[in-house]
Amino acid sequence: MKTILILGAGTGGTMVANKLVHRLDPNEWHIVIIDKDETHYYQPGFLFIPFGVYKPADVIKPKRNLLPSQVETIFAEIEMIEPDKNRVRLSNKQEISYDYLVVATGSHIHAEETPGMLDVAWQESIFDFYTIEGATKLGKLLETWNGGRMVLNIAEMPIKCPVAPLEFLFLADWYFQKRGIRNKVDLVLATPLPGAFTKPQASAMLGNILEKKGISIEPEFTIMEVDNAKQVIRSYDEREVGYDLLVTIPVNKGADVIGASGMGDELNFIPTKKHTLQTEKWENVFIIGDAGNVPSSKAGSVAHFMLDILVENLLSHIKGQEMKASFDGHANCFIESGFNKGILIDFNFEVEPLPGSFPLPGGGPFSLLQESFLNHVGKMGFKWIYWNILLKGLDIPFVESHMSMSGKRVLTKSTAQA
Amino acid sequence: MLDILKSVSFNKEGFMTSPAQWTKEIAVELAKQESVELTDAHWNIVEFCRQNAATTGKSPTLRQITSGTGFSTKDLFALFPKGPAKKVAKIAGLGKPEGCV
Repeated sequence: MKTILILGAGTGGTMVANKLVHRLDPNEWHIVIIDKDETHYYQPGFLFIPFGVYKPADVIKPKRNLLPSQVETIFAEIEMIEPDKNRVRLSNKQEISYDYLVVATGSHIHAEETPGMLDVAWQESIFDFYTIEGATKLGKLLETWNGGRMVLNIAEMPIKCPVAPLEFLFLADWYFQKRGIRNKVDLVLATPLPGAFTKPQASAMLGNILEKKGISIEPEFTIMEVDNAKQVIRSYDEREVGYDLLVTIPVNKGADVIGASGMGDELNFIPTKKHTLQTEKWENVFIIGDAGNVPSSKAGSVAHFMLDILVENLLSHIKGQEMKASFDGHANCFIESGFNKGILIDFNFEVEPLPGSFPLPGGGPFSLLQESFLNHVGKMGFKWIYWNILLKGLDIPFVESHMSMSGKRVLTKSTAQA
Repeated sequence: MLDILKSVSFNKEGFMTSPAQWTKEIAVELAKQESVELTDAHWNIVEFCRQNAATTGKSPTLRQITSGTGFSTKDLFALFPKGPAKKVAKIAGLGKPEGCV
């Protein structure tokens, strides 16, 4: 009997487990999945909690209900990965040897990386919304907040879901209008990027929306510290941005155990071959989702598009065949823009987000790189798709793992620069 | 002096597309465009980034530059204002650092 061990039962790990049970002979292969947390969070839903659109109960399910019964599920902390010995040690002293390892340990926020962030005002006037606790506590505060200067700061790239900070600001603009206090709120985006987003055309388009909504931007702002006494964040080039309420996207890093096991880069992301999804160093170790250093967005849709590639390559490797499936960096993100509208972007390693229609040329129903009501419907409908299709490792109708140029309008000359 | 940039190919974000075309003279001109005058400290960092990219095939991130050169993040922002990793990559004739995805 051979063993495939999956580390992490979040979005990526759950999909891999569900797909592999149908692709491997159960008489030959034993599949084991390990996670420290018994609760699965629908992380795209965290964004909506501060604004009362979702309650915590909307984004939570027990992991056991999402994993196939044929897979051995262990809830324990991973103490050490020993890829040179094909072995993983758990905090409960259990040791598991594997033939193949799939790492799906994700990325996580580290507010302690920024001096001053956690000192005195954490979850009082400084909040994250990338955890259920942060999103819930921020929601409590916003219910009674009387206005002031709300600053959204991205500490460092890369971050999980790079559009989430923009969505947060768009929704904040909507929420404060709904509460009738928008005129008492200043909204500011302080970002290390030169504009609203990482890719030129989308950055220009999203930058226009920020401007229209009266959200100001402090670009190329790389935070050095939080000065709690002065209530400012200070950049490495000594610029100061004052706040009454600071919403932070802290430094994102791979799991601590990746660092402790000596498998990661400076941010604990594992060096990974971007097309095969095999690690640079160990040929029987594969990566799905945020855990690797693949230069694609860190997002659930990306993990979904990686899934078929990873499974095909893993099966080829098991059979001793050449790994032919090639990941193209495909990402597909609904960006909620407030007032029941949304924007959709679809891109990969090479092609930046372009205007057009998706997934069907002409028919849509979604429109790329522009606001529409149907895009908002897509965004809100994604929760159902996530629980019922995506996590099960099933294909989303009409949406291929590889990005399609069909329906996209290619502009001959870029009108924008990042 | 801008003549020496004429034979060099750039992408639309202003990064050189072929690191092999790079020379120190080109770096001086590219630095001028970024309003940076290259001192020894700048050259140390440019050299580190060139070597690092030659082994890894990509531009180093800010964190890789600080740990590889011993310069602090603050120093790097003083030497290459605003976005040091991006600015050094541009001057060193390398691609855009992949942190920006």
